[in-house]
Amino acid sequence: MTLMPSSLMRAAALALILSGASHAARAADEGITVYNAQHESLTKAWADGFTKETGIKVTIRKGGDTELANQIVQEGAASPADVFITENSPAMVLVEKAGLFETLPKDVLAQVPANFQPASGRWVGVAARSTVFVYDTRKLRESDLPKSLLDLADAKWKGHWAASPSGADFQAIVGALLELKGEKITAEWLKAMKANSTAYRGNSVAMKAVNAGEVDGAVIYHYYYFGDQAKTGENSSNVALHYFRNGDPGAFLSTSGAGVLASSKHKEQAEAFVKWMAGKRGQAVLRDGDSFEYAIATGAESNPKLEPIAHLQAPKVEPSKLDSKKVSELMTAAGLL
Amino acid sequence: MSVQAQPLRAYAVIATQPLRLRRVRQLAAKSLFGLAALVSLVTLLPLGFILWITLQTGWETASALIFRPRVGELLVNTALLEVLTLPPCIVLAVALAWLTERSDVPGARLWSWLAVAPLAIPAFVQSYAWVGVAPGMHGLFAAVFVSVLAYLPFLYLPVAAQLRHLDPAMEDAAASLGLAPWRVFLRVVLPQLRIALCGGSLLIGLHLLAEYGLYAMIRFDTFTTAIVDQFQSSYNGPAANMLAGVLVLSCLGLLGLELLIRGDARYARVGSGAPRPASRRSLGRARGIAVLLPLTLSGLALGVPAYALGRWLIAGGSEIWQARELAAAFGETLFYAVGGALATTLAAIPMAWLSVRAPGRLQRVLEGCHYYVGALPGVVVALALVTITVRVALPLYQTVATVLLAYGLMFLPRALVGLRAGIAQVPVELERAAIALGRRPVGAILSVTMRLAAPGVAACMALVAMGVTTELTATLMLAPNGTRTLATEFWALTNELDYAAAAPYAALMIALSLPLTALLHAQSRRVAGQ
Repeated sequence: MTLMPSSLMRAAALALILSGASHAARAADEGITVYNAQHESLTKAWADGFTKETGIKVTIRKGGDTELANQIVQEGAASPADVFITENSPAMVLVEKAGLFETLPKDVLAQVPANFQPASGRWVGVAARSTVFVYDTRKLRESDLPKSLLDLADAKWKGHWAASPSGADFQAIVGALLELKGEKITAEWLKAMKANSTAYRGNSVAMKAVNAGEVDGAVIYHYYYFGDQAKTGENSSNVALHYFRNGDPGAFLSTSGAGVLASSKHKEQAEAFVKWMAGKRGQAVLRDGDSFEYAIATGAESNPKLEPIAHLQAPKVEPSKLDSKKVSELMTAAGLL
Repeated sequence: MSVQAQPLRAYAVIATQPLRLRRVRQLAAKSLFGLAALVSLVTLLPLGFILWITLQTGWETASALIFRPRVGELLVNTALLEVLTLPPCIVLAVALAWLTERSDVPGARLWSWLAVAPLAIPAFVQSYAWVGVAPGMHGLFAAVFVSVLAYLPFLYLPVAAQLRHLDPAMEDAAASLGLAPWRVFLRVVLPQLRIALCGGSLLIGLHLLAEYGLYAMIRFDTFTTAIVDQFQSSYNGPAANMLAGVLVLSCLGLLGLELLIRGDARYARVGSGAPRPASRRSLGRARGIAVLLPLTLSGLALGVPAYALGRWLIAGGSEIWQARELAAAFGETLFYAVGGALATTLAAIPMAWLSVRAPGRLQRVLEGCHYYVGALPGVVVALALVTITVRVALPLYQTVATVLLAYGLMFLPRALVGLRAGIAQVPVELERAAIALGRRPVGAILSVTMRLAAPGVAACMALVAMGVTTELTATLMLAPNGTRTLATEFWALTNELDYAAAAPYAALMIALSLPLTALLHAQSRRVAGQ
């Protein structure tokens, strides 16, 4: 009777030591730590390609845009992060304003056109995503579709569209609206949105709801559709994408950024990683992989399945101008947050 | 066994050196008391944090963040969830327990296993299955429905154990005094189930408050989902902390309510001899209909998840079995489960020993600390530890130690309950004899008492390990960089709507929990003397 438990304890202790050893081994590995708000599969593909080429290990911590940005600000100089990657630019601006980014070397910045990076050179765009209106083809014909994002404030759209207002993605779109049309129009539009739209948690969930016939359409980013089509197609079989074009706020192209933390103890490797992502092989991951985000480096090609970036007629918005604080104030006032 | 001879020799020694031994024993009690007090102090961290952060935020900001329409909305949502979920759980648990324990329903033993089995399915996997089968499911009633399926075993287990326990003599007396069978049930049996019903309901009520994954997946906003939302947009901002404060108050409110309803009536049986086992009531022609209840419940709580998982596993094919990633997540989960179980059990030993060997007023206060902290949702514990480590204990920030500390706090009551029962069954004389023979007091407790209490220790470690295996929020918020457990990976994949790729992680979590669930079921039967 007394033998069984002690051998049980011994086995437990052994298991602990074994897995503890693998733990310690990982911690001891020199390499870089990436705070990643991008889709994990994309960053993992980047990190794996980079590690394979350079031998530098990459450890990824995942989280949301503003979650990780605020976390970095809290951690300050003690942050374990070397590199920060986001889905949208407002979170990059937040860390930049806190003075926590290192200025990137010229050769890193030179790879990407000026409209995908801030004038300060503190971070650089590595990918982009386009705003779209995903709609149920069984319910809406092309002639029913909104001409502009602003049309969705119209009473006839009441109860017919959805979005994910709590996500950083949608907040970046509102940021673009604010930058392009000003505070008054944005505030009114948000008020109408509160009355007209259904809130979902996450763009993919919103698309899934459109596909299931719960709601007619949703404002999301383009790649959720292509990603699902490439997998089972189960959540996108009944939907199509509508591009707003004409420089409309709804045609906003959001920049995903990457930057090196000033507190990093591995700056050289960290800069090498950012350079790699914005470089030829990093951009090729966007073309060949299943992320379906746009490649943006000079001369880089995107996935041929996508609507060409030149046809999107996106509005001109400087990525570092997006004011995340004002956006969250306006959205809270409208009762969306 | 050789141990039997030892007490005699030991008593001879005690007779010659009574004073020294008493002092040694007092020393043991004192040092354990110190340790238990230390653990209690740590359990006060989350509560202290909430108070500290409220003071720091200042009343004006705090009240602006607490008294706003959104919080009212969440309060209504959470209250409705509690009020609508608990009654059906109670009715179903009592009906199910009566059928499996007291009737001749066909396959009673099988149903009693199947009634406990949903415990092996993490709540967020249960809702993942339902969302997969019925994509449109969302909102309050969907939340209530899935909650009932996921948490029913928490009530079924204690109620069934209690029903097995009851002395049928009381029911016989009531019947012989002329009460109809169903009146006997209402007036004699049901009141005796009160403690089991209160305890089980409290457990479910606390889970409803703390659960994140289930409700996020089914799109129903509660305090916990709102806190995580806030955390994901502003890290540990004041809005998240204030919501956590309201959530803590709700939990403490539930604890108080249970204490009030439970009362302090006496339920122990008086008289000599042992109760005979209760006879099973014949259902007659209703047998066929009665079997529909356990059949339907098992079909919904086990069949649907099995179907959904099976469908995704087949749809995903061999591609989703990424052996390296799966093995890594499995190993990491095992590490945290074993580490968490060891740490939690070690932390609970001093209090468990004191509550059996040296109960007292102060001891009861400290024991209360051990219990209250288990009622706190993972998100609150994690929020407290994130802020404390990042601001004042940076070397502990994002370390395994902090994660284990969080698990320890959350699962302390689970460990304490099992340990206490185990220690109570070890004769104190053996421990004294070991001390008399020269063992150090703490050494005697560890090598004699704890060794004999081992079956109880193993059961409570299994319970803690099961909790850790399916823990999501605290792990997400506190884990070191690069940590991937089965639960966090499953969650990340479902967030990308990659339900097929998430299926193997869900299957592994269930595979890990299943033996632990079986152990739990066996344990509950043994306690009832069967």
